[in-house]
Amino acid sequence: MKRPILLACVLILLPAGMRAQQPEPRKESQEERLKALEERVRVLEAVIAELRATRGPAAEPVLVAGPVMLPTSPPAAPAVNPPQGPAAAQLPTYGGASSAAKVLNPDISVIGDFLGSAGRNNVRPVPSLEMHETEVGFQAIIDPYARGDVFISFGQEGVELEEGYLTFTALPKGFVAKVGKMRAAFGKVNTLHNHNLEWTDRPLVTENLLNGEEGISDAGFSVSHILPAPKGIFLEGTAQVYRGISGDLFSAPGKKDVAFVGNLRGYKDLTEATNLDLGLSYARGHNDAGPELTTSLYGMDATVRWRPLRRAIYHSFLARAEFIWSQREQPLATQKAFGFYTSAEYRLNRRWTVGGRFDRSGQAQDAGLTDNGFSALLTYWPSEFSQIRGQYRFARYAGGQDANELRFQFLFVLGAHGAHPF
Amino acid sequence: MISRTMRFPILAVLACVFAAGFPLPACAAGKLKIVTSTTDLAALAQEIGGDRVEVQSIARGYQDPHFVEAKPSFLLQLRRADLLVVVGLQLEIGWLPPLVTRCGNSKIQPGAPGYFDSSQFAQILEIPTVPVTRAMGDVHPFGNPHYWLDPQNGLRIAQGIAQKLTEMSPGDAAYFAERLKSFQQRIADAEKRWDDQMKPYRGRKVVTYHRSWPNLATRFGLNVVNYVEPRAGIPPSPAHLVELIGMMKRENVKVILVEPYFDLKTPNSVAAQTGAQVVVLLPSVGGEKEVTDYFKLFDYDVNLLVRAFQAAR
Repeated sequence: MKRPILLACVLILLPAGMRAQQPEPRKESQEERLKALEERVRVLEAVIAELRATRGPAAEPVLVAGPVMLPTSPPAAPAVNPPQGPAAAQLPTYGGASSAAKVLNPDISVIGDFLGSAGRNNVRPVPSLEMHETEVGFQAIIDPYARGDVFISFGQEGVELEEGYLTFTALPKGFVAKVGKMRAAFGKVNTLHNHNLEWTDRPLVTENLLNGEEGISDAGFSVSHILPAPKGIFLEGTAQVYRGISGDLFSAPGKKDVAFVGNLRGYKDLTEATNLDLGLSYARGHNDAGPELTTSLYGMDATVRWRPLRRAIYHSFLARAEFIWSQREQPLATQKAFGFYTSAEYRLNRRWTVGGRFDRSGQAQDAGLTDNGFSALLTYWPSEFSQIRGQYRFARYAGGQDANELRFQFLFVLGAHGAHPF
Repeated sequence: MISRTMRFPILAVLACVFAAGFPLPACAAGKLKIVTSTTDLAALAQEIGGDRVEVQSIARGYQDPHFVEAKPSFLLQLRRADLLVVVGLQLEIGWLPPLVTRCGNSKIQPGAPGYFDSSQFAQILEIPTVPVTRAMGDVHPFGNPHYWLDPQNGLRIAQGIAQKLTEMSPGDAAYFAERLKSFQQRIADAEKRWDDQMKPYRGRKVVTYHRSWPNLATRFGLNVVNYVEPRAGIPPSPAHLVELIGMMKRENVKVILVEPYFDLKTPNSVAAQTGAQVVVLLPSVGGEKEVTDYFKLFDYDVNLLVRAFQAAR
């Protein structure tokens, strides 16, 4: 607001100043000119006072316009009664030119994930301090038929496309299709980006059986549909086909060796505040043990949430368990490994959340080796756009090696307000 | 080509998913199905649509509309909707977009004829005229989204809904026009009553918890001098509360307005130190059981305000 006022001052005072430098043909008295300038200053002061009055409370840092109609108001629906009082005399304010220029740009967000770790872990060591990931998101509606979501991850080891997919939202018969690179609909944790997790790390079962942090994330297409179900139950089926390359989990030797993921999700509101979310998942793809050898994964997840609507920002509870069975064909024998985690978190108040997790998982390539662990967590939210988290993590890896770590995380969000995952 | 070992599971599940698309659940024929993001918009849609529409709201009236959870059960409502009515101005940005994307209903996607953004019809306050940053809290860059708390905006939205319903069901045009006319008349009558009740208290200073009330305050002449939240969406700090208490004492502010979804501990503490009253004012229809329509919302709030100002004499 200062800039237009200063500009107005300059524009008004400049001609007077210029005139003052010109020779006076009729020797106008200094006093009259001074009075004229004083009058201009008085007018400007009145304008500034009026502008200040429209700012509202002193605590308000944002200069705001008075009542205005949005520029998109359709002419067919004019205001029933025009604004009355002083506000009615104000001209409409349609926002800055810069915002108009950005209107068709995608929503851009940047999420920073800084991790620190103290303690000892010889099996899966992590750096003491790292800017673990910076995720840049671009999201927009592409046309009346589809929207696009692209997430690029800048990490310690380089840049990668974390997800980038089209979602077709206008298909007939209620189908929703996606095409692109995406995190597969296998269970819960695999679908979540790091910053949406309830922990600073991923559970041991994810590390051992589900390709770790990257998970099943591949190029492919997905079709989902809400299925008919009784008694207000939400039931959704998803079928996905991928190229078949996901780290050390799937490694397709040829074009025809695609991977497949299927998910069936059931959801029910038990009460207004409590709900139950159940899922069954299946994934199958070729592994790197041999050209004809595959890995099949079976998953089951269950989540119970409680969040009272009247105090939703202060209290909530979430308990989740995920069980994964892996059948990995290997030249000598098929390895059948099993792993799971259970976790819970409780929001104490608007800023503090406590949580815990228990882990147990066999190893995909040698099901006889089992890792165990548990974590305790404390999270602080300065605002909706930043988060500080501490996690004590103990792990007893197969072979008897113990790890004791204290991890901490700073998350911050820049730009567009993203939707909260559910 | 897909390898033989992979063919069966892929085809089996794809067949299940695709087959499920065809036996769609039976729908009540004849009525337009309207889903609204908030109860206020549902109340307005019901006023105009009468018995020709079936209206459901996603958020409850006692719930913070910024923090609704995107529950899958809402998808069951959205997938059958003919019309989705939203507040807009990014009020629902944290939860509605993923629901709309996932519902599989092309009729209510943004830009489609069944997507109705009420903010385009309303008078919007607090549109920032300088660049906004998150240092200002969770600001709404397109203006304050609590605009339905001005009966004149209720009229404007109702008029827009009437126009939309007429487009969608031209055969009922006369019915919707008649209901709009009735609504306009009843609002005009009610506004006289509310104005008379509030007239003695125009210019009264109040503090509010969140910035939910600019339209209500402007319409009824209340002077909002400060907020319990130091910035929108930021919990109050001790330093801010000290400043707030000092200001309330200096300016003799005797009423603190709080939305029903905020904890009363802090407002009560401020009130105890300033001699003010905490008034739990309803921002939405359904905030209390008896507040079942748009008129009762203002009846309830105006009566509460009058009682509070009378007690503050």
